[in-house]
Amino acid sequence: MDVSQYLDIFIDETKEHLQNLNTQILELEQDAENMDTINEIFRAAHSLKGMAGTMGYKRMQTLTHDMENVFSEVRNNTIKVNPEMIDLLFQCLDALEEYLDNIQQNADEGTNDNEPLIKALNDILQSKGGAAPKEEKKEETPKAEEPKAEENAGGAKADKWKDIKLTDVEYHVIDEAYKNNMFCYGISVYIQESCLLKAARAFLVFKALEELGEVISSKPSSQDIEDEKFDSDFSIIFLTEHPLEKVISAIKFVSEIEDAVGGKIEPKAEEKPAESASTVPAVKTAETKPAAKETKAAAPAANANHAKTSKAVNRTVRVDIEKLDVLMNLVSELIIAKNSLVSVAGTEVGQNSLAFNEQIEYLESVTTNLHESVMKVRMVPIESVVNKFPRMIRDLSKKLDKKMELYMTGEDTELDRTVVDEIGDPLMHLLRNSADHGLESAEKRAERGKPEVGSIFLDAYQDGNNVVIEVKDDGNGIDVEAVKAKAVEKGKITPEQAETMTDKEAIDLLFQPSFSTAKEVTDVSGRGVGLDVVKSKIEALSGEIEVRTKLGEGSVFSIRLPLTLAIIQALMVIVGDEKYAISLGTIQTIESIRPDEIKLVQGKEVIHLRGNVIPLVRLNKVLDIESKTDPNDDIIVLIAKKGDRLAGLVIDELIGQMEIVIKPMGKFVGKCKIISGATILGDGEVALILDANALI
Amino acid sequence: MDEIALVNETTQYIKIRMEDETYGIDIKYIENIVRMQRITRVPKTPAYIKGVINLRGVVVPVISLRLKMGLEEVEETKLFRIIILKIDGDLVGIIVDEVKEVVTLVNDEIEKPYHSASSGTPNYLLGVGKEGDNLISLLDITEVMADKSV
Repeated sequence: MDVSQYLDIFIDETKEHLQNLNTQILELEQDAENMDTINEIFRAAHSLKGMAGTMGYKRMQTLTHDMENVFSEVRNNTIKVNPEMIDLLFQCLDALEEYLDNIQQNADEGTNDNEPLIKALNDILQSKGGAAPKEEKKEETPKAEEPKAEENAGGAKADKWKDIKLTDVEYHVIDEAYKNNMFCYGISVYIQESCLLKAARAFLVFKALEELGEVISSKPSSQDIEDEKFDSDFSIIFLTEHPLEKVISAIKFVSEIEDAVGGKIEPKAEEKPAESASTVPAVKTAETKPAAKETKAAAPAANANHAKTSKAVNRTVRVDIEKLDVLMNLVSELIIAKNSLVSVAGTEVGQNSLAFNEQIEYLESVTTNLHESVMKVRMVPIESVVNKFPRMIRDLSKKLDKKMELYMTGEDTELDRTVVDEIGDPLMHLLRNSADHGLESAEKRAERGKPEVGSIFLDAYQDGNNVVIEVKDDGNGIDVEAVKAKAVEKGKITPEQAETMTDKEAIDLLFQPSFSTAKEVTDVSGRGVGLDVVKSKIEALSGEIEVRTKLGEGSVFSIRLPLTLAIIQALMVIVGDEKYAISLGTIQTIESIRPDEIKLVQGKEVIHLRGNVIPLVRLNKVLDIESKTDPNDDIIVLIAKKGDRLAGLVIDELIGQMEIVIKPMGKFVGKCKIISGATILGDGEVALILDANALI
Repeated sequence: MDEIALVNETTQYIKIRMEDETYGIDIKYIENIVRMQRITRVPKTPAYIKGVINLRGVVVPVISLRLKMGLEEVEETKLFRIIILKIDGDLVGIIVDEVKEVVTLVNDEIEKPYHSASSGTPNYLLGVGKEGDNLISLLDITEVMADKSV
């Protein structure tokens, strides 16, 4: 057993702590006097230090240690929070993130000692002046007492080691040990409730004990302890030649150990040493019991604090995403099996049996529920991604020398884990864009009568089967003419094209590779990589991006993402003699149109429907297949919507709605724009999924 | 190690027939061999991609080896098979005229292919193996798949 198996947990936890620190320090910047925030920061820094220490990351430990010292002084009111200090703390967080990146990549923290940061932190500590040290001493003492109080609470617990039932063999071993001038102790070790790597602590305890003697029995078993199958305490029977105090102090030397209590176990054999009873009362307990009473009053306060912090943390089970994938695949299989039952039910055999149909309906509801719950398991709030943005906007605000404020709503909106993992970068691009290009300079804002501080909004919400994330700013908006001019200059379009181009088409130019309207290239954005990457990333997630803008008033980038990627509701249609699936989400209505209602506009077929002129797309032509319908018959048109554009997809026949499982087609097929994947129907046949968005 | 080098290394090939010629495909690429089944056409793809099939819940693309090798397409016979290959972790099926037995060839006895640059059609050959009096053209199947030109 070594600590490397905890690496994943360590990385996850460290990320959480760093995120927490980022958020809290931002809060501290707003409200420097808030004790809750300061305490929270102190706690997070302390846990971080402890974890880094356990994992043997010395540099990380040193840096967090010094940060912790600073917070400790802030907490004791000997140092005041000031902007320079906040900046420094953020730099420290960046440095810690760097360590974490290194660790993530090669399990090593790297060699950057970050001496300037450590020096700066120490300077802060020094700077509190000559009068302070005395005060500090005074403040230090209660702090030192605090952990002791916790210990005491632990000490008051039962000596669980007495519960260990020793076998005759073990008694025999103990007898032998006493003959060899060794002692046998029963020891109960209590690990702090908040400890995250309990098994690691236990391991360190065992390691410390190995140097002193031999563990002959433990409860739970050593295997269970190794697998972390214990609450927060474990008991051992230990043979050693050292006194109990030494053993206890060795155990307590391991961090995050709340307490260790123990007592002597006497040999069972007749010749007991005269001076002792069967067991000596636990040394530690006896000493500390009175103290425990004294500190009881302090405990509830500490508890209340604790409760507050634990509420913010989600009650989660960490599950390997691969396991979820397996589960998801099983659900997919089930849906396929269900679909095939449905198709059997449609045949003569099934039709006569009412019970059969009932069961099919039941199965259908079960699979739908199962699918939904599996999907929910995969869903995580976008919080984990958007939480880093306030910090980013703060930094940008300093860097660009523009005053701005980020307002976020809907952080708890949930999306599929894979989507959440991917959406961070595009959102970051858009926010940077808004901060850099969107918001005007202070002078210009004043000129336009806007408030000095620019506002950027990040709103997320669920809309039917989609999640919409909008990045909005109250800045300049997109100057369509400037975009056109730039496109002409870059040779992307001709001046004639620019004349006839709609605003919408012009804005779409922004999403083309290497296109930037920023007059100067800044460090923040404007290198011409950005919006096209954003767009392709979002499209890779089967999402879309849309822009609404008004010159002088601001712009909105709206991202629409599907809730889940693997299973969708689809409309099954027939074109020629082939079956296709079209995602139901894109279909507005289904219309039956008489041939004489089809009009020609610029040689293209359109229909006039409820005040809209809708272009027709004949799917048989797109798919290179003969239509089986009579040209004089009414045609079936699916009205599909993409953004605010409509199109009428002409099909031959409608089969109906179906839940389908999207399967990839493999790379040998190559990239086919209008086909987004394939699915397996109930009869085992493969049907292709048409991407209606690509047809509009 | 030296001992192994003395024994001639062998490779197993599955013998297939295309038109009148016999070809061999290295067995390590072969996942499965299935009968012809309904193939779902994929529009807007090159002609040699016949479409996709359902192989126990996995959608697998199917390619016509005839078209890939520059042969005429013919009416499907009962002997036609789809060989499912796994190349770089991806499954792909190729339609062959007939699948015969497995042969074991000694690597050293395989003759390197002679390139007739003038013939024009790609031949994707690794070499030519001998089984008694019969010649087996050994296909470089990764090359067949990598070539998107046909």
